[in-house]
Amino acid sequence: MILIVSFLVVAMLAAAVSAYFFKDLLSAVIASCMVSLLAAVLFFFLHAPDVAMAEASIGAALVTAVFVIAIRRTKRYEE
Amino acid sequence: MRKIIGIILLIIIAWGIITSLQEMPFGTSRAKVADHYINKGREETGAANIVTSVVVGYRSLDTLGEVTVLFLAAIGLGAVLATIKRKEDRDTEKASLILSTGCRFLFPPILLFGAYIFIHGHLTPGGGFQGGAIIASAFVLMYLGCHEEKKINETGSIISESLGGLVFVVIGLIGLTIGTRYFLNNFLPKGEFNTLLSAGIIPIIYIAIGFKVGAELSKIIDLLMEES
Repeated sequence: MILIVSFLVVAMLAAAVSAYFFKDLLSAVIASCMVSLLAAVLFFFLHAPDVAMAEASIGAALVTAVFVIAIRRTKRYEE
Repeated sequence: MRKIIGIILLIIIAWGIITSLQEMPFGTSRAKVADHYINKGREETGAANIVTSVVVGYRSLDTLGEVTVLFLAAIGLGAVLATIKRKEDRDTEKASLILSTGCRFLFPPILLFGAYIFIHGHLTPGGGFQGGAIIASAFVLMYLGCHEEKKINETGSIISESLGGLVFVVIGLIGLTIGTRYFLNNFLPKGEFNTLLSAGIIPIIYIAIGFKVGAELSKIIDLLMEES
């Protein structure tokens, strides 16, 4: 149990840091989507399935879609 | 001179915070209301899911406020984006047959799952907001994956959105005239515990919220896609 949770936390941190360092903004958005998805799994392990559902559907799906639409309107690569 | 006044003000504020923190007892549970929700929520609201019994049972007025905030956000976005002129279509790459067929195949099950989430809001985890967000994510999949010009039905979205809000408020107002006579009181019979037709007005309100949130979030995505 503690192993799974610590693996999730480490993966979340790695995804968050890589979202900061990516020059390709689309990759950065996908990495931040990964953070939300792992947070949803973590919420489920912490016995909060309601929050996990909201996090997975809003944080991982809708926010990512809004960012992808914004990138489509602007530039894809950071200078 | 101004710096000295600022320092004096900061010292006064810090002193106030420190003295008031010393008055607070730490380590002892003073949350009597949480104990009440956990122990009595089941029989008072009839919902098997304690989170739902708090969100739509005890704190339904707050939920009405949250729904209103989301409504105002959607209206604001619509008002801002309506002033921008629509761009002519860019030459985008057509989605492959596998992608568009997969999206069309996945769309109904996701919609059904969202409806399941908000209809069973009083029994299983989730509720109107989560179910509505899942329904909106089905529309996102349709918009991003399918290249064909498929748009959400404008009148259908408006009708389900306004009907959801109307049902919520009307049920609350009926509660003013029947039973214990306060806004949004649970005037319907509770029914058998842990079955689909139980918990009085809670499933009706959650279905209304699900329709409203789903219509609003997919409308937001629709507006954003239209402008891009």
